[in-house]
Amino acid sequence: MSALTQSTPAAAQSDAAPEKELRPPSYWPFVVPALVVVLAIIIFPWVFTIWMSLNEWKVGSPTTFVGVSNYLRLTSDPRFVEAVGHTLVYTVLSVVLPLVFGTLAAVVFHQKFAGRGFLRGIFIMPMMATPVAIALVWTMMFHPQLGVLNYLLSLVGIPAQLWVFHPATVIPSLVLVETWQWTPLVMLIVLGGLAAIPTEPYESAQIDGASFWQAFRFITLPLIMPFLFIAGMIRMIDAVKSFDIIFAITQGGPGSASETINLYLYSVAFIYYDLGYGSAIAVIFFLLIVALAALMLYARQRMLWTEIASGA
Amino acid sequence: MADHSISRRTLLKGTAAAGALSLTGLPAHAEVNWKKYAGTKLEVILAKGPRGDNLQKNIKEFTDLTGIQVESEQIPEQQQRQKCVIELTSGKPSFDVVHLSYHVQKRQFEKAGWLTDITPFMKDPTLTAPDLVESDFSAAGLQYCKNDKGQILSLPWSVDYFILYYNKELFQKKGVAVPKTFDEMVAAAEKLTDTKEGTYGFVGRGLRNANMTLWTNFFLNYGGEFLDAKGNILTDGPEAVEATKLYQTLLTKVAPPGVVGFNWMESMASFTQGRSAMWIDGVGWAPPLEDPAASRVVGKVGYTVVPAGPKGQYSATYGDGLGIAAASKNKEAAYLLCQWAVSKKQGARLLQAGGGVPFRNSILNDPEVQAGVKMPKEWLQSVIDSAKISKLGLPVVIPVAEFRDLVGAAVTSTLTGGDPATELKKAHEQYRPILERSEKA
Repeated sequence: MSALTQSTPAAAQSDAAPEKELRPPSYWPFVVPALVVVLAIIIFPWVFTIWMSLNEWKVGSPTTFVGVSNYLRLTSDPRFVEAVGHTLVYTVLSVVLPLVFGTLAAVVFHQKFAGRGFLRGIFIMPMMATPVAIALVWTMMFHPQLGVLNYLLSLVGIPAQLWVFHPATVIPSLVLVETWQWTPLVMLIVLGGLAAIPTEPYESAQIDGASFWQAFRFITLPLIMPFLFIAGMIRMIDAVKSFDIIFAITQGGPGSASETINLYLYSVAFIYYDLGYGSAIAVIFFLLIVALAALMLYARQRMLWTEIASGA
Repeated sequence: MADHSISRRTLLKGTAAAGALSLTGLPAHAEVNWKKYAGTKLEVILAKGPRGDNLQKNIKEFTDLTGIQVESEQIPEQQQRQKCVIELTSGKPSFDVVHLSYHVQKRQFEKAGWLTDITPFMKDPTLTAPDLVESDFSAAGLQYCKNDKGQILSLPWSVDYFILYYNKELFQKKGVAVPKTFDEMVAAAEKLTDTKEGTYGFVGRGLRNANMTLWTNFFLNYGGEFLDAKGNILTDGPEAVEATKLYQTLLTKVAPPGVVGFNWMESMASFTQGRSAMWIDGVGWAPPLEDPAASRVVGKVGYTVVPAGPKGQYSATYGDGLGIAAASKNKEAAYLLCQWAVSKKQGARLLQAGGGVPFRNSILNDPEVQAGVKMPKEWLQSVIDSAKISKLGLPVVIPVAEFRDLVGAAVTSTLTGGDPATELKKAHEQYRPILERSEKA
């Protein structure tokens, strides 16, 4: 992502340069620092990663050029294929749930009631905590025998759950942590959106006899949609690359039931020291993120057009 | 050797008198010129743990003895392994002496040629004290420190045997005898499991990767061998399937819920809370089990060897050592440090505190050293007995981490309904090409 956003200004400048044909040298000194930085910390690592992915590159052994065989290996690696699946499930859940709960929370906190400011402050506290610290606390709460979650369930007569200790419930349990931590962020963004909505549409809707739900569905929701998109985009980028919470709580387990691409990539590159194969995973992972981001941008662009069309 | 009784008492009095001790130690090893490398500065990279603590705590004695300055750092195990590999690959490591885990790194370090061959040093009487001889190290230690050409590439430092911890109180309450075989262990665990009271017969590592160190105890006692003569992996054979079945039975029928995510820490928590009656794990956990601040089972813990399987009785063995980076410019000085770290005095301290077990028989079998052990006598006995039936607990290959991850995941998945034979087969289909590739490169 950063590659895209940061390379844009540099590209724009170099486009602009030919127009001032008479004095190009005077521009160059100003372009060079940015160009050097972009080349050194963005372009070069990327080109080098792609180069590594085309080699059999293992720590402690000589490297040999192997062409695309690392990429071919990916397709027949069940662990990678599963990791892609886990990543998608994890991402979808941890984008959708915070969006839903965050919107609800925003609608609630948009109302005027006593102690609202204080409660808002409390509500956004999870966002301020360090993910690894949170993960350790949640690990204790998830403990099937000694954890507080099962104790709470037992109070209402629900049998003890295995949470992160069972392959079937591990991803939803991890998403629970993610949702708990990031719902406040969505709430803040949507709250900003709600504050920007004028009161007139609601007044006329009331006169027309619209119910609360209808007002929400046909006035609030369309008007906060751009904000939801921003929140969704931020959440998606965060969720796809999520590492700390999963690593600290399950390390991809039980078995490999919560191993996302990121965790597998880490294992391959830094535990198995298979840098060539790890680079191939990184390249594919990058393409996946770019594709998802492009999809979101495209959807947002389309929606803006329909909005303008319907607005006009 | 003559200084030994003095060192024992000095130890008990604390480290204050340590400086004087090294002076009395000097004449006994008159041949070794300890001071020859005085003024040298050494860098040491250690994995965090009692071995590193023991070295750092007493390093002043070494400096007094040799005049060599030592800078050392302890890093958590996983990160330390990564850091070492990355620095050694660069060809210019920042350290002279490296603490390595044999069961994970032996083959990798050998193949990459990262360590100095210290065989000539060991034959040089001006560098090596007369009591440091090859034959003093246990068989497992020698297997670990030598490469296939017979060169010694490191000094074995501390060994980890797997033993059976059991809760005497729970055993008594249910009238169960200490199991001697796997069958007895399963039967005992069934009797000891009382779900109403929340107590379970057995606990052990269920977490992928970590679980392999427990599983191999079963595998070895079912007669399993990791590799055949050609280096092919055998851990999906009939022995492995039987071992996995036992593992599955124990961890699903008589173990606490959620054991599938347990590493040693969670297992220990369950055991120290008196929730689990038996636990098979490394020998180094006695100190926390006997610490009243951390454990509810102080004084109630029994220690014994891992029960026998149908094809034998072995204790899966792991260990760590100290090697000298091939790129180091201070190899002789570094060798003196390694020698001091595995010396009788340092080894005795380690054993007596329960922080590790020296590979050297002269330390382990010395009655005076034994007398100073602060852990229960049964613990020491289980260590001595395990040493006699020790067998390496993981295959000596380069991709050990992949082995532990892939086969470990297969074994873990049997806890949630997977079939042992199918899961193992699937894992080995993935693992075999990785192993072949590693040996070809």
